[in-house]
Amino acid sequence: MSGHSTYQPQSPFMKWLEARLPIGGLIHSSFVAYPTPRNLNYWWTFGGILSFMLAVQIVTGVVLAMHYTPHVSLAFDSVEHIMRDVNYGWLLRYLHSNGASMFFLACYIHIARGMYYGSYKEPREVLWILGVIIFLLMIATGFMGYVLPWGQMSFWAATVITNLFSAIPLVGESIVTWLWGGFSVGNPTLNRFYSLHYLLPFVIAGVVVLHVWALHVAGQNNPAGIDAKSGQDTVAFTPYATIKDAFFLACFLVVFGWFIFYIPNYLGHPDNYIPANPQVTPTHIVPEWYYLPFYAILRAIPSKLGGVTMLLASIVLLAFLPWLDTSKVRSATYRPLYRQFFWIFVATVIGLGYLGSQPPEGLYVYAARILTAWYFIHLVIVLPLLGFIETPKPLPRSISEAVLRDGLPIGASGPVPARDKV
Amino acid sequence: MTTTSSAEHHGSSAEHSRRDFLLIMTGAVAAAGAVAAVVPMVAQMNPDASTIAAGAPIEVDLGPIAEGQVIKVFWRGKPIFIDHRTKKEIDEARAVDWHSLPDPQSDEARVKQGKDQWLILIGICTHLGCIPLAHQGDYDGWFCPCHGSQYDSSGRIRRGPAPANLALPPYQFVSDTKIRIG
Repeated sequence: MSGHSTYQPQSPFMKWLEARLPIGGLIHSSFVAYPTPRNLNYWWTFGGILSFMLAVQIVTGVVLAMHYTPHVSLAFDSVEHIMRDVNYGWLLRYLHSNGASMFFLACYIHIARGMYYGSYKEPREVLWILGVIIFLLMIATGFMGYVLPWGQMSFWAATVITNLFSAIPLVGESIVTWLWGGFSVGNPTLNRFYSLHYLLPFVIAGVVVLHVWALHVAGQNNPAGIDAKSGQDTVAFTPYATIKDAFFLACFLVVFGWFIFYIPNYLGHPDNYIPANPQVTPTHIVPEWYYLPFYAILRAIPSKLGGVTMLLASIVLLAFLPWLDTSKVRSATYRPLYRQFFWIFVATVIGLGYLGSQPPEGLYVYAARILTAWYFIHLVIVLPLLGFIETPKPLPRSISEAVLRDGLPIGASGPVPARDKV
Repeated sequence: MTTTSSAEHHGSSAEHSRRDFLLIMTGAVAAAGAVAAVVPMVAQMNPDASTIAAGAPIEVDLGPIAEGQVIKVFWRGKPIFIDHRTKKEIDEARAVDWHSLPDPQSDEARVKQGKDQWLILIGICTHLGCIPLAHQGDYDGWFCPCHGSQYDSSGRIRRGPAPANLALPPYQFVSDTKIRIG
């Protein structure tokens, strides 16, 4: 939907700037006049929420970095110094740690929206793949950030996850030594994780720019999954989408605030308040909640290399969704069979998350294997087959038709809202 | 957050003002939220509790300091000169017409009453921050080797680029032989 900018600068300053660096026009065409499908629901607000959370993490992270010391003898104490001595340090730390959880929560909802409404389908394949790349970068960033406080969980998570690379045949051990910078997780490891943890969020920001660019080329998907055909199908991004995003962001911030101010340690593990002890492994090592489904998949496979491969595959396969899903219909609104499989998939991932938090014993092992198998069956067998065997519901002729009836919004009783010319 | 609508407004003026009211209220709350968010970000750069604790007042025992001796202690990271002045140094400091000095100040104003022999100064040259050297220079005081400023036996600037006398730290006598700085 990129066309000639309709931006008309009013002030002399903006006219002068626009002729030299058309940033006013760029912002106007991308976030003010940008034609947005009129039927977007609140699942579409999470992209904006994610951008906001990235900014929160970067700002709180840079500020925390003014007080943190990345050395094995000082790191744990520097975090306690932040919590106890630094002005508002407790707030900054809880903003950052709970912010990471909220970042992943918003990300999972954002991914679920994409999977339900077929937002990964043609012509949005590159947009989707960029999203998978952002997700992988987030996982790496979050992992390295968790190591920095140098608690028991920090140290042993670092040991376990870096040891994954030893599964690679031939070069595995050398790679692990190279990652560690030593013969075990130690100070070189902590220092380089700090450096990379500071760097990667800016890489994420760069890929997010590409992600929004790719989005703006194709335009948003929408709950009906059909393309906007006329000006009637869309409204200007500002004020409609802007206000909708702002409203739901405020709701999201209430949840965020609830964690920070009432239960700031609920999502964390108490063992991370014990300074790292390389001689004692905690009885139950678990990652943070947002990694639990993948942790369950890793542990479900009995072979070491197999587990690592399936762990990677569980995320990398997502990049192939545009081709794994053979259905010509985008939105699950019109795919009654797929819709059921989608919710089973969601339940599977949540179930895997629960199993990841439990010790790998007895029934938990069997359950994890069954759910892991289903995860891959859904992606590799169910999705390709469904495109052929499912009978979708008839699609509406246009977005307007889907949401208006006799010129009125379905369910409304008042006058028709003004139609915006695009 | 600018929310200028490009659409024409239909409906009554009551609808207009209700919308305006809602937009203004949203903007006001958002602005208040932004200010509230900025406060901790700025406040965290101020000295933290441990730095403030480390900068707590210190007590110095004056007993071991011989007459004519200058010692250096540190408080809040700054060098503090404690000078046990001789009678000659006190007389020299009071003999000059202090109104004519580059930074006019009497010697009496720079010591505590009845304790003329104790001169306590922040040992940072008021030019660009070097530590001046004691018992050097032409005025029986301090000489700053960086750019040649010279202070007298009351720590007042006499010659050179420094604009002001050596500063006085906050201090008091807790007994005749002990001071608390800070």
